[in-house]
Amino acid sequence: MKNENKIQYIYGIADNALILGQRLSELCGHGPSLETDIATTNMALDLLGQTRSYYQYVAQLSGEEKTEDDIAFLRTERQYKNVLLVEQPNVHFGYVITRQFLYDVFHLLLLQELQNSNDEMLSAIAKKAIKEVSYHQRFSSDWIKRLGDGTDESREKVQEAVNDLWKFTDELFHMTDDDKIAVESGIGVDVTTLKDKYHQIVKEILEEATLMVPEVKWFQKGGKQGVHSEHMGYLLADLQYMQRTYPNMKW
Amino acid sequence: MSEKEIKNLEEIFEQRIARDEKIEPKDWMPEKYRKTHIRQISQHAHSEIVGMLPEGNWITRAPSLRRKVALLAKVQDEAGHGLYLYSACETLGVSRDELYDQLHTGKAKYSSIFNYPTITWADIGAIGWLVDGAAIINQVPLCSTSYGPYARAMIRVCKEESFHQRQGYEIMTTLAKGTPEQKAMAQDALNRWWWPSLMMLGPTDAESIHTEQSMKWKLKRKTNDELRQQFIDQTVPQADIIGLTVPDPDLKWNEETGHYDFGEIDWDEFWQVVKGHGPCNHERMSARVNAWEKGEWVRDAAMAYAKKQEEKKLKKAI
Repeated sequence: MKNENKIQYIYGIADNALILGQRLSELCGHGPSLETDIATTNMALDLLGQTRSYYQYVAQLSGEEKTEDDIAFLRTERQYKNVLLVEQPNVHFGYVITRQFLYDVFHLLLLQELQNSNDEMLSAIAKKAIKEVSYHQRFSSDWIKRLGDGTDESREKVQEAVNDLWKFTDELFHMTDDDKIAVESGIGVDVTTLKDKYHQIVKEILEEATLMVPEVKWFQKGGKQGVHSEHMGYLLADLQYMQRTYPNMKW
Repeated sequence: MSEKEIKNLEEIFEQRIARDEKIEPKDWMPEKYRKTHIRQISQHAHSEIVGMLPEGNWITRAPSLRRKVALLAKVQDEAGHGLYLYSACETLGVSRDELYDQLHTGKAKYSSIFNYPTITWADIGAIGWLVDGAAIINQVPLCSTSYGPYARAMIRVCKEESFHQRQGYEIMTTLAKGTPEQKAMAQDALNRWWWPSLMMLGPTDAESIHTEQSMKWKLKRKTNDELRQQFIDQTVPQADIIGLTVPDPDLKWNEETGHYDFGEIDWDEFWQVVKGHGPCNHERMSARVNAWEKGEWVRDAAMAYAKKQEEKKLKKAI
């Protein structure tokens, strides 16, 4: 497998961690309680830590004098390969939890396969991340249950988020050309095989939370090709602000 | 209890403090001691929580992944400090909700320094270096204060604060050694944060209303002016090392006293900010109230869910 294909494959995983980490970090200091504030910050820290491991590896693979920061901050919007789900805004706590939950379930299934990758570095990163993401999934599932089976208001709010975000779940299981090459070379995960298990887990938790599984026929996609939602540009404007305003400096 | 009995208890109490014994939540304590401690500990907790906002302002824009992670972790530490300080305060018979209410209604104060805006990345360095630096000077003596839960919380807080202070100074060092633009950014931040940091150590001794009683209870070990001098003596050489200039034309080493002489502090500005008219008082409070109000349905849901689970368990047991 060519390094360029491998790099693109890694972006497909790592960019999710960066963008979701960035979204979560917006919440620091504004949570509904100190405990949830600390917990969402923890998840942001885990995801950004994973991002750094992936990007350091990409920097090494690139063969150029690149750093993790060049990769994180100096790409154009079309070059980020995260799914649309993770860039969706923090409308309210129900959206934060639902976005997290819908991604965590996928993320854990992905990592459980990625640890068997024949790429040693990816396998090592996955093994470490599994511990963190298992906690994320427990946290978000617990909150889905609390909000779903809490008060009438909370059920309504979290159901609204589930209905709204559901259209972004199908993209999780799409395969890009780079993904296919990575699977053929034994370094990547065939995400299409995770779909049934994903739906089974998600359905179980939503039902326990007394929530409805949405019946959506139309799904949104594009993130994996770098075609993002309108939210992405603003997120990147914040993320890249310093590196764009003051290029070529050490911080 | 008769007045004589109370007087007797008070005497025993003061003797215990004089012997450096710790007062614990279940021990008898004078009402004034309890109230003073609720005031001070909650004010401290509020400062941690409000203090998350000016720094949180730069998390999404931090210039590198390493800095972003470090800043997130730092702000998270502050949430942690808030958490154990509120818990220490609760041992004095007041609830966290009541304390929040005092903050949100303006009844309780928090450190005025957080009413200044963070307008450049260098402000994150300046806050760590100067604000956390001044906080440590204020707080280290509290590790041996008389109220046990507060003293123990402070030991942990101080360890983390001193890490933050080094981190902030390291940001400033990097900027000061960087490009002319970066150095100018660092100098500008020092110019804006220097005087508010001096004010952070409190009004001059002549104006300070709480000092005497607080000394007796070991809530304070040195006066505000002594602490301020200590901060200046410690910080000026640090600025020199990285080639930044402290924005005080009257600042001068005094061979005789062995301390720096410094210029007049603008106490009008201090009182303006304390009384609620600083650059960001309104924004900080709105952000806190907003987070609290918007979080209400979430907290209610968690309570309702916990109650339902409890009932389910009970039904099963029957």
